[in-house]
Amino acid sequence: MDIKVNVRESEGDAYVVDLTGEIDVYTSPKVKDAITELIDQEHYNLVINLEKVRYIDSTGLGVLIGGLKRVREHGGSVNLVCTNPQIKKIFDITGLVKIFGIFDDEQSAMKALV
Amino acid sequence: MNPLPVTDEFYGRVDVAIPAKAEWVAVARLTVAAVASRLQFSVEDIEDVKLAIAEACTNSIQHGAPSDTIAIACEVGNDELRITVRDRGQGLRLESVGETGFKEDGRTEELGVFLIRALMDSVEYRVDAREGTELVMIKRVLA
Repeated sequence: MDIKVNVRESEGDAYVVDLTGEIDVYTSPKVKDAITELIDQEHYNLVINLEKVRYIDSTGLGVLIGGLKRVREHGGSVNLVCTNPQIKKIFDITGLVKIFGIFDDEQSAMKALV
Repeated sequence: MNPLPVTDEFYGRVDVAIPAKAEWVAVARLTVAAVASRLQFSVEDIEDVKLAIAEACTNSIQHGAPSDTIAIACEVGNDELRITVRDRGQGLRLESVGETGFKEDGRTEELGVFLIRALMDSVEYRVDAREGTELVMIKRVLA
């Protein structure tokens, strides 16, 4: 079990973080490092693509929340791309749907950043 | 660590012990999912169980010593799966966690316990200064 992280520049100053695999207590530090590095480089508008994520637990959610809090301090935002019903359910029952923008495709997530 | 008590109302039981280390949580998750698949759970229910056991193990890791072992017992009944997780730590207390999900000023570590409570049908948590923490959670098959 592993997580693959791919970071790419998109429109404007926005960056996309593509995640593939499972995000749990073991793999979430790798995701955290990627997001932290982007923020440290003063990139505050992020789309995190969870389309290829099969599983996420509270440590993964914590990493996303931490990233969102940091970018908001600089007027930025984090939008998520998520189509997996089970993962959507986790965002729903935890109430995180209220603090993240969650979209079905990257284009919509990117558009909503601006 | 003492063996977990045997009960009569369950016809099958699987015990597994994992090191209290992050890299072993996936083993617990997959083992418990395999046991859960013995019952007539939906795919969604099995995903719920997988997340609940992972959160329980993560809680044990975060509140226990790195050298600890996490003992997991899965008891299979006709229409329910009872999972007991024991460790020697003093885990995050269930009653300290709210029931409304994440709050902007909340602690993210509470999300794990919140998820366990939301996804399982019954959850009991006992913390003993000498024995450690025992979490008993039940998932029932919908009729």
